[in-house]
Amino acid sequence: MLNYSIRRLLLAIPTLIAISLIIFLLLDLAPSDPTANLPLTIPPEVREKIRQSLGLGDPIYIRYLLWCKQFFVNEPLNILEQWFGWGSGDRLRVLSWQTRSPVVDLIVERMPQTLWVVGMSYVVGVLIALPIGIISAYRQYSWFDQIGTFVSMVGFSVPTFFTGVLVIVIFSVWLGWFPSIYDTTHQVTDWESFLFQVRQMIMPVAVLALFNAAQISRFMRASMLDNLNQDYVRTARAKGLRERTVVMIHVLRNSLIPVVTVIALGVPQIFGGAIITEQVFKVNGLGQLLIISIQGGDLPTVQTLTFIFAVLIIVFNLVADVLYGILDPRIRYD
Amino acid sequence: MTDVTPDSLAAARPPQSQWRNVWDQFKTHRGAVWGMGFFIFVVLAVTLGPYIWTIDAQYIDIRARNSGPTLAHPLGTDQLGRDTLARVLEGGQVSMAVGITAMLLALVLGAAIGVVAGYFKRLDGPLMRLTDLFLALPLLPLLLVIIMLFRDTLRAAFGPETGIFMLIVFVIGITSWMQTARIVRGDVLALKEREFVIASRSIGTPSRRMILRHILPNVLSPITVSATLGIANAIITESALSFLGLGFPSDFPTWGRLLFDSTDYLQQYPERVLWPGLAISLTVLSVNYIGDGLRDALDPRIRGR
Repeated sequence: MLNYSIRRLLLAIPTLIAISLIIFLLLDLAPSDPTANLPLTIPPEVREKIRQSLGLGDPIYIRYLLWCKQFFVNEPLNILEQWFGWGSGDRLRVLSWQTRSPVVDLIVERMPQTLWVVGMSYVVGVLIALPIGIISAYRQYSWFDQIGTFVSMVGFSVPTFFTGVLVIVIFSVWLGWFPSIYDTTHQVTDWESFLFQVRQMIMPVAVLALFNAAQISRFMRASMLDNLNQDYVRTARAKGLRERTVVMIHVLRNSLIPVVTVIALGVPQIFGGAIITEQVFKVNGLGQLLIISIQGGDLPTVQTLTFIFAVLIIVFNLVADVLYGILDPRIRYD
Repeated sequence: MTDVTPDSLAAARPPQSQWRNVWDQFKTHRGAVWGMGFFIFVVLAVTLGPYIWTIDAQYIDIRARNSGPTLAHPLGTDQLGRDTLARVLEGGQVSMAVGITAMLLALVLGAAIGVVAGYFKRLDGPLMRLTDLFLALPLLPLLLVIIMLFRDTLRAAFGPETGIFMLIVFVIGITSWMQTARIVRGDVLALKEREFVIASRSIGTPSRRMILRHILPNVLSPITVSATLGIANAIITESALSFLGLGFPSDFPTWGRLLFDSTDYLQQYPERVLWPGLAISLTVLSVNYIGDGLRDALDPRIRGR
């Protein structure tokens, strides 16, 4: 298993390099001008100087290698030096063109909002999905199953930008229960402000959780159904085990194997896939940062963010495969 | 006992074609039949609807702006007095056209890559690495980047509507073929070991004929199922792009764009987001149900029961 993981990690390196190159070339080919948003009164020669100062005059391979050096060498070294107090830690970092501040700082600044809202919704989604999937499969074709599969089909089909807008209309326009905009400057200091935080998180979390739960409960149900008719279940019942033990221990453990990998595969979407929900509820997380920097032609930020998303996807694919190998003794990679 | 059963079954039922059997199984899935009915209704509505409901979607009647449901405007009007029903119908045309074309593109790409990777051993490795690479790309951010960056060039080259249409269909198609390719490759690999393929190879059938006559018809069922999922995916992606303001221009209605435009008036006219949103959701729901029904109907292990 260790061998396999190391091999996969080594294989991931060329993939990541290819992805970073694709993203870089794509951004470079595009006819976008980072100075387009600056005032029109700037004379053309000054504009050209601004472009030069952003590094746009260099040939493409120099800019690509420079980005690689700044991101893969300078950033980690800076962090290490700051942690251990070795040196000043002020090597040149990847700078955003829009804000002139390091991109990694921007990302760190926005990470908590994304993690809180989207991460929480994933946890809630999983916690809802598992029991629904289990009961639906155990009582197949019962009214609970019919309703459960219908709701999960709806949650799976209705896009989050519609459910999001719908809950805003119902709960904040008509009923006025929750604020429609997520206030990210809000700080939790006492009980009152904590309650406010909970109230403003309910809607985005609920919308995303419905979407996640719909997908996971379908997997859970299908996986339970596969296992419920197996011979070992009949054996367990014939031994006289209690029904609870049979279902919750024998069947559930085996059915969770594929579901756990599906859950692991969904984790990167927490960071990248919630762009729309963040936009609906005006959460200024990573997705919103991406949208802003795309609109402003801020290539270093877009490049770095998309690359980080790609890293997450590859890492969690690996995690899913390794988990599958650990959980299921029939799978042997070596 | 065991050898009597097939005979008696054959005697009880007259021989039927395979597609007849599939249809019989499909009919037992209630959700799928409803979905099929609704999908046909939507397709008819968006293609024939503008001939029946003849108000021009672009016609600005500023005196009737922001009206609620009336006889003249059953779904009300927007802030410029344009008729919502006409706009939903016209937006549907674009959304459905994007959905179906992008699905076809993804399907052709996916099926071609899957068949080639499964059939020719030498190309298997490179093509599957390519598929893995595409699966590892963060798709929505990348879609946004591509559209943001190439929009103006294409708009200049092909005009605002055709340019954006081609761009959106192309990017959705190019980023959603991977699942189809993987499924098709797996099936082709299994088919290659079957007796009828080996037999036809032994009589010297050339590869092209082999793929067209023997391989493709047998992988048709997974392709059909992923076609339905592809339509749903393409419609949602197009609406999401329009919703983020990066899809079609605002004078060119699509369902996502209509939804996006009506969110500006959420406080005053909350009911306005309902129609485009319902249209997207119900269409995608119906397509997903069709996919569910087709998967059951095309699975020979389930069909016999």
